Amino acid sequence: MESTDSHVHHEDGHGHHDPGFWRKYVFSTDHKMIGIQYGLTSLLFMLLGFFLIALMRWSIAYPGQPVPVVGYLLHAIMGDMASPVLDPQTRELIGYAISNDLYNSFGAMHGTIMVFLAVVPLAFAAFGNYVVPLQIGAPDMAFPRLNMASYHLFLLGGLIMFASFFIPGGPAQAGWTSYSPLATSIPTDGQFYWLVAMVVIITSSLLGAVNFIATIIQLRAPGMTWMRMPFFCWAQFVTAFLLLLAFPPLEVGALLQLMDNVAGTSFYLPTGLAISTLSDVSGGGSPLLYQHLFWFLGHPEVYVLILPAMGVVSEIIANNTRKPLWGYKSLVYSVLVLGFLSFIVWAHHMYLTGMGTKISTFFQTTTMIISIPSVIILTCLFISLWGGRIRFNTPMLFALAFLPMFGIGGLTGLPLGFNYSDILLHDTYYVIGHFHYVVAPGTIFALIAGIYFWYPKMTGRYMSEFWGRVHFWCSFVFMNLTFQPMFAQGMAGMLRRMADGGVGYSIANNPDAIGGLADRYLQLNVNITLAAYALGISQIPFIINLFYSIKNGKKVESDNPWESTTLDWQTPTPPPHGNFVGPIKVVNGPYEYSVPGAKADYIPQNQKA
Amino acid sequence: MEVPYTDTNRPDTGLYNAKVGIWLFLASEVMLFGALFSAYILLRVGAMPGHWPTGLLDVGPGFVNTLVLILSSVTVVMAWASLKLNDFKKFKFYQGITVICALLFVVIKSFEYKSKFTHHDVILKDGMRVDGHLVEETDEFIVLSHPVSYPAEKGIRERAVAIKEAEHHAHEAGGDHHHEDRKIMLDDIEKRTTWGPWANTYLAIYFTLTGLHALHVIAGALVIAYFWGPGSKMWKTHPEQFANRIEVSGLFWHFVDLVWIFLFPILYLL
Ligand code: HEM
Ligand SMILES: [Cu+2]
Repeated sequence: MESTDSHVHHEDGHGHHDPGFWRKYVFSTDHKMIGIQYGLTSLLFMLLGFFLIALMRWSIAYPGQPVPVVGYLLHAIMGDMASPVLDPQTRELIGYAISNDLYNSFGAMHGTIMVFLAVVPLAFAAFGNYVVPLQIGAPDMAFPRLNMASYHLFLLGGLIMFASFFIPGGPAQAGWTSYSPLATSIPTDGQFYWLVAMVVIITSSLLGAVNFIATIIQLRAPGMTWMRMPFFCWAQFVTAFLLLLAFPPLEVGALLQLMDNVAGTSFYLPTGLAISTLSDVSGGGSPLLYQHLFWFLGHPEVYVLILPAMGVVSEIIANNTRKPLWGYKSLVYSVLVLGFLSFIVWAHHMYLTGMGTKISTFFQTTTMIISIPSVIILTCLFISLWGGRIRFNTPMLFALAFLPMFGIGGLTGLPLGFNYSDILLHDTYYVIGHFHYVVAPGTIFALIAGIYFWYPKMTGRYMSEFWGRVHFWCSFVFMNLTFQPMFAQGMAGMLRRMADGGVGYSIANNPDAIGGLADRYLQLNVNITLAAYALGISQIPFIINLFYSIKNGKKVESDNPWESTTLDWQTPTPPPHGNFVGPIKVVNGPYEYSVPGAKADYIPQNQKA
Repeated sequence: MEVPYTDTNRPDTGLYNAKVGIWLFLASEVMLFGALFSAYILLRVGAMPGHWPTGLLDVGPGFVNTLVLILSSVTVVMAWASLKLNDFKKFKFYQGITVICALLFVVIKSFEYKSKFTHHDVILKDGMRVDGHLVEETDEFIVLSHPVSYPAEKGIRERAVAIKEAEHHAHEAGGDHHHEDRKIMLDDIEKRTTWGPWANTYLAIYFTLTGLHALHVIAGALVIAYFWGPGSKMWKTHPEQFANRIEVSGLFWHFVDLVWIFLFPILYLL
């Protein structure tokens, strides 16, 4: 598209050419636009991920019963994977239920989409892109065109993943972990799509990681020394290193599985593998190899999910307590240690694979050690609240809720880190409860907090405070009602990845078996499902608020409506291409709040006290 | 809007952006190949006795390729140094050699691949197994040169030794000994495969490692060739930036060479 010659007068007075629709919204190299692109795309994927789990929860609570309304749609798209249900008397078609295969597909896609296409791109790519260059006083990312390419690759990968819903046989069914030989033996091309999409997504995030690290190393404004960097940037910096170094092994894992599926190799297929009949493969492969490659990424990945969230929460807490973060240095060193240690704990996901007790002991030890820096970070954030004049606005409510929620998620992880207790809890709903407390009321709350917090900078308007509170309290209540009962179910022995929610293992169906599931645990399935639906409905005010406020929200009073110290707020609103009006020189630390004797209760990083 | 330090060094880090970028990228590449090497070790250690061949590949072409890449590593540095000395002609000369080396490497590699894909592994209905190179194929029979036969359950390790010996004998006896070729009727064949990645785990990792490496060679060669040809116009307008690009692409090229220095011994020699 041609750029027009007419000079449009921007408020910043630079007099750029109007770049035209395509350059501005689709092929933009501006980090802020790319951040918004990532943000909207990942929110859409999050909605899709939720929609899938909503259908799965139906199947868990009401196994084999026709799905209301969307059942017919499912049948139209997925064919007989949505299995027809007949009326027992009249033998008439009364709707379509979720078949076991469909449940498996949706489960794999829920996990994959939520992790790789929703939370990571939102936490790292969207917030990182929008906020990091602003906070370090840079005009843009170090490699703007590479940045654009990262987003386009991400989108491509997402579309490939999405396309697999529409192929015969449906999407991958082997869980978000795609363990071999399971993943190689399920007869659907979905796994091929999964692998190709993953390779594309991984490539995208590698480019992104290079860009972030280079930006933070090279483009900090004069005076922005390492120890003056806001904690959010530190968190993103470490996250980028995790992505940079942990993703390539998964890429290898995916490539080798692709070879197994396409080129007939046996990297993960052992000699004598028999799936109904002896398979015609050369053998000699190792299923354990895949698990090592997967979890070498898999564990650092959970820190990729959580560190940016911690960064967001830290910024919001410092800003709304109007005092410096307690223990800024401990926070920084903890996050560095955390990043390093996260590379040597991966096999705590593999205690049950028979890799040997010595190896288990090693990984159990490192796992306990890594909990120390996490606890330090959370403690610092809690203590930061002490004695603050806390402003309870919507972003702060979500940020505050993050603390105990992440706390629950983290503490319930300890029994999973010891191999003797993990033997009992592995693959049960206890695990599902544990990591969802980390990623849903933990990370997602933090990210929502971030959206409410930075929205005024992006648009020049606030999101509605009233609907924000409605959103918060409903989400908070239903989140807990959804995930809390899963701990009980898991400890009672209910396994994950079961389309019938455990009915097959109930005492009622197996009166002679020891340890069958009691009715009260099965009953919880219905409670959880209803709570999950209520949680979904609670997001409606948020979605409306998000779009409605762009044009109709309350206007901000100034460029720095939260009276913040960090550089992201010392810009015009919204920041123009190039971000800052004049050259930036940083003279203060990141959190100069309530400095005794100062005129205001905050001193921006680029202003002399 | 200008992004700072695209062609000048940032004072406190002493680096320009692209150099930081390429080093980071190479760090991730180290993890990529590191994971593949680990996979190699795990598969090799876990292989059943007699099922990991040594000496399956011809050392000759591999060795030549090693020399080719080492030479290109030298010329790629000379090319950059020539630019720094303001000698554009020399740059053209040296970088030209780099590109030729890259091409040579790919050509030699594809001959090696071809010899594997034409290697036939035939299991006969009578329980014997024949290894050999396909020379003729009709609807009724196939003809294999340098045939070696043994009981079907023989492990790949011993087979590799036997094949080597047979080829050796053929060479000693001098060039064309077509009377040694073996004709096999299709009706006698139980199963027939070639030495692609599907044949065994060693070949699987061999093709994966060298294939991925070859892709890196080709990508690097394309970039270098671009800056040697059409991209070199930039020398007239932005000499500093041009030299930086040559340096960055050179760093990538060194990495590609380095990977081969590891690949050669573990695949050809050990
Ligand atoms: C907020 C609403 C969410 C609900 C109600 C929910 C619910 C569930 C449930 C019930 C399962 C277990 C399915 C089974 O084992 O059969 C599950 C699996 C999973 N969820 Fe979620 N989830 C939510 C959000 C998320 C988010 C935000 C993430 C990641 C960032 C996530 C990642 C996963 C993963 C990785 C699995 C495992 C999939 C597998 O078994 O391969 N979920 N989810
Ligand atoms: Cu882990």
